[in-house]
Amino acid sequence: MSSIHLTAAEMASALSKGEVSSVELTKEHLDRIALVDGKINAFLYVDSEGALTQAEAIDKKRAKGGELSPLAGIPIAVKDILAQKGIPTTAGSKILEGWRPPYDATVISKLKAAGVVILGKTNMDEFAMGSSTENSAYGTTQNPWDLSRTPGGSSGGSAAAVAAFEAPLAIGTDTGGSIRQPAALTGIVGVKPTYGGVSRYGVIAYSSSLDQVGPFGRTVLDTALLHEAIAGHDERDSTSINAPVPQVVAAAKRLDVKGMKIGVIKELSGSGFQAGVSARIAESLELLVAAGAEIVEVSCPNFEYALAAYYLIAPSEASSNLARFDSMRYGIRIGDDGSRGAEEVMSATREAGFGKEVKRRIILGTYALSSGYYDAYYGSAQKVRTLVKQDFEKAFAKVDVLVSPVTPTTAFKIGEKSSDPVAMYLSDIATIPVNMAGIGGMSLPVGLAEEDGLPVGLQIMAPLMQDDRFYRVGATLEAALLAKWGKPILSNAPDLAAQK
Amino acid sequence: MAAISRDDVAHLAKLARIEMLPEELDHLATELGQILGAVARVQEVATSNIAPTSHPLSMSNVFRDDVVKPSLTNEEALSGAPAKVDDRFKVPQILGEE
Amino acid sequence: MTLDYQAATEKYEPTLGLEVHVELNTNSKMFCSCATEFGAEPNTQTCPVCLGLPGALPVVNGKAIESTILIGLALNCSIAPYSRFARKNYFYPDMPKNFQTSQYDEPICVDGYLDVEITTEEGTKVFRVEIERVHMEEDTGKSLHVGGSTGRIHGAEYSLLDYNRAGIPLVEIVTKIIPGTGKYAPQVARAYVTQLRDILRSLGVSDVKMEQGSLRCDANVSLAPIGSGKLGTRSETKNVNSLRSVERALTGEIERQANRLEAGERIIQETRHFLEESGLTRPGRSKEQAEDYRYFPEPDLVPVTPDAKWIEELRAKLPENPADRRKRLQAEWGVPDSEMGSLVNAELVDVVEETIKLGAEPTRARTWWLGEISRVANEREVAPTSLISTRSVAEIISLITSGELTDKLARQVVEGVINGEGSPKDVIEKRGLKVVSDGSALMAAIEAAISAQPDTAERVRGGNIPAAGALIGAVMKATGGAADAAKVRELLLKHLGQG
Repeated sequence: MSSIHLTAAEMASALSKGEVSSVELTKEHLDRIALVDGKINAFLYVDSEGALTQAEAIDKKRAKGGELSPLAGIPIAVKDILAQKGIPTTAGSKILEGWRPPYDATVISKLKAAGVVILGKTNMDEFAMGSSTENSAYGTTQNPWDLSRTPGGSSGGSAAAVAAFEAPLAIGTDTGGSIRQPAALTGIVGVKPTYGGVSRYGVIAYSSSLDQVGPFGRTVLDTALLHEAIAGHDERDSTSINAPVPQVVAAAKRLDVKGMKIGVIKELSGSGFQAGVSARIAESLELLVAAGAEIVEVSCPNFEYALAAYYLIAPSEASSNLARFDSMRYGIRIGDDGSRGAEEVMSATREAGFGKEVKRRIILGTYALSSGYYDAYYGSAQKVRTLVKQDFEKAFAKVDVLVSPVTPTTAFKIGEKSSDPVAMYLSDIATIPVNMAGIGGMSLPVGLAEEDGLPVGLQIMAPLMQDDRFYRVGATLEAALLAKWGKPILSNAPDLAAQK
Repeated sequence: MAAISRDDVAHLAKLARIEMLPEELDHLATELGQILGAVARVQEVATSNIAPTSHPLSMSNVFRDDVVKPSLTNEEALSGAPAKVDDRFKVPQILGEE
Repeated sequence: MTLDYQAATEKYEPTLGLEVHVELNTNSKMFCSCATEFGAEPNTQTCPVCLGLPGALPVVNGKAIESTILIGLALNCSIAPYSRFARKNYFYPDMPKNFQTSQYDEPICVDGYLDVEITTEEGTKVFRVEIERVHMEEDTGKSLHVGGSTGRIHGAEYSLLDYNRAGIPLVEIVTKIIPGTGKYAPQVARAYVTQLRDILRSLGVSDVKMEQGSLRCDANVSLAPIGSGKLGTRSETKNVNSLRSVERALTGEIERQANRLEAGERIIQETRHFLEESGLTRPGRSKEQAEDYRYFPEPDLVPVTPDAKWIEELRAKLPENPADRRKRLQAEWGVPDSEMGSLVNAELVDVVEETIKLGAEPTRARTWWLGEISRVANEREVAPTSLISTRSVAEIISLITSGELTDKLARQVVEGVINGEGSPKDVIEKRGLKVVSDGSALMAAIEAAISAQPDTAERVRGGNIPAAGALIGAVMKATGGAADAAKVRELLLKHLGQG
């Protein structure tokens, strides 16, 4: 009997009781990857050898009675945007093809130290720019619920891997919704922690003031366990918060929302949202009321400008962050035939090595920062950021958490939006304000949309450094939903092994 | 709506060191025009009395002690180099300097 | 007809602007913990941060901030209560991230000044050089260009990069425009850089070695007809690698610009390179278009907000301003301008002061350092301080003062110490250089002299003091010069009832 359908918490319990070994668990997941990843394309690199070596070491340590962390011996998938020493790390881009970092990202170091077994690196939109993984230089990832649909993005590979039971846990990054949106589209839990909650050291930067690393899991508790394992102050990241990590595991076990005030954001509901999405959200709110919470409607009038501001701030920072990919020190080099100067070779490499969307955003960011346009574009976008923050502050003065749908629609078809950048950008409309303000947010699967049978995600947001609040609300709602449906939402997904 | 010419894109591509093909420049000029038209909305609310936010957290004075820690070895530093000569990175001729 | 410098400055008024880059002497780099040692093997002092590897993040070196604030305070600047780093975006292979982490519109120190003193035929003149800003940034790597000097075979040329220097803390000190220096412009510029260097050295924040590039100067100058009240177009001269070059480069550039203007030509706003051999400047490679650096606040770093307490703590650490200190010491020592000038030029003020503190008599301390020790140092082409310690010099001088050594013997002791024969005591002992100062030995020689020349002794007893010379000479002869003549005279006269 395979253990891959267990939750990470159940795996941890089975490991500690000796019912299964980490090597067995790891092999089962590697077998699962071999079986289904040809259909999903969630992984860019599978490190079977490294995973089994780590699993063996943990089993030995456990046999000796050594002190082990809660997630020791449990497999994980990691978005290919985190540097891992000696392991190919591409950020989904051709320009980094073949690069093996000489160092570990802090999150990777923490996972290794916690005895977590890293199965491999997952697919993503190139440099995290995208909402569907279609911008990966290494092919699109398919949604396990429907292979003709995208799993969302940019952390689509990580989300799909967890949804397809290739890994119980995964690491993603979220700049404008890149964890929450794919979690919603694949029916799993994804969390974007408070900015500065998890170290960004070793995370290939897209937009430094918005990027944040976070966990994926199939349950709120699993996600909380991973959250605690990766969070905390890091002296290598100047923007890392030097304060205790919120008690998210305890919050995920609390299952009580009595007296909590939950704000529904007026601007992120109603028209523009798929009917099946709205219906599931409404149902979730009823369950929360039944559990003792109070629902309040709040208004965040400046959210409508957040998307526009995001598409100025992120490309601006990206245009600078991605300047280092110039073929001088690492990565591919194109056109160095001996007759061309460094400048020409840089330009030829960047032309050939970057995909369309990346080039589009670099040019857009270059424009927004250039002299004469800075104030009108980048400067104005930063002011909108202030307004969005103020909207959140005013709302949180009235309520404990805020909720909205994660996405306007369920998973869309591969190719459906790839020719229309503005339409694609709209799929992040509900997630972007969170990044702009730096607060944390969770995507929780709350059922399937009636019209297409695809998962719907509820976004739960909390004030800065109060990440425990959305775990508390999420876990309570998860339990109510489980009671209502009798089984986890993910159990409705088709059997991949049986599919052609 | 902000009009972006092909020459504007060519200039930006040069600043960003991307050697774009003529058809790419044309295509991008159109797309950028559309995107800028959409994002220019920020100007509607960005009045002069609003302070810009460049960072979500209000932190300051994060410093390290002036202590030397081990560097990468020369081999590690050069491990990703597309080309090298002995212990240095080899790059195409750098113009514009003597 | 060409204008010489004199004629040029009679017709045109130069306006200066100076940018000085200083490498701080911190142990570790600006944004990472790599060592900053000069001359290490290539690419051995690099890490993910200073190599600009994907994912790496900067963390500010606190010591670099302190050093920069100290510089600002020493230059009478205001320390900004809120300052930020910014990214200066441009591509260059020696810059790993293709942006330089610098400061833009929110520098850490602003609005200071330095009073610069120059000596002219009209006497000493003081010019106030106003400082616009002092800000922090990082250095670039070093490139080595291979091939291509002759033949120019395509494919034979490439560059090699060493990133050890990349990320070393740099402080940039920018003056406001400096008007009204007239024909003294080059001299003022040189004096400014000199005084700045002395201040930086006294603060202990940099090695300030122009030849190693730890202090670099870019000099801007523009000309306008005298009395026009206008500002001309400026040129910027880089590659000025010594104090003397600062003066030469500006003299040459003022002449060049004046002659262009005379010929009815325009001055082009450009970067020029100083040629050490000829003293001329030549244009740098002109850029096709003005760079657009697209500055924006560095999102990977948080603001620097020094509070008043911290700034006052640092202010309390400020050493005396080197120019003030020099004036004070000159007064204390009672030294003429020329000699003080010699000490300053020879960079011996500190050692002389230290030697005096160790008990040496001031005049002798100056004379020995500036004379004998400097002479040997010049011969050997080394710094005087590398030859002998202030402690040894102070010890030797004390022995001279107490009469245990004559100047002649002391010279031998100094020579012995320099040659590594040990401490002054060791040298005296080994070489047997001790002055015969021991009373009984001297008295024996004196008595011998008196017995040999009883008549002379009688004349001295009778009050003919000059007659003692013959007796003193005899004693000196008998002791082989190892006696202190003054001491002999004193003892002899006393013995003959004339003391």
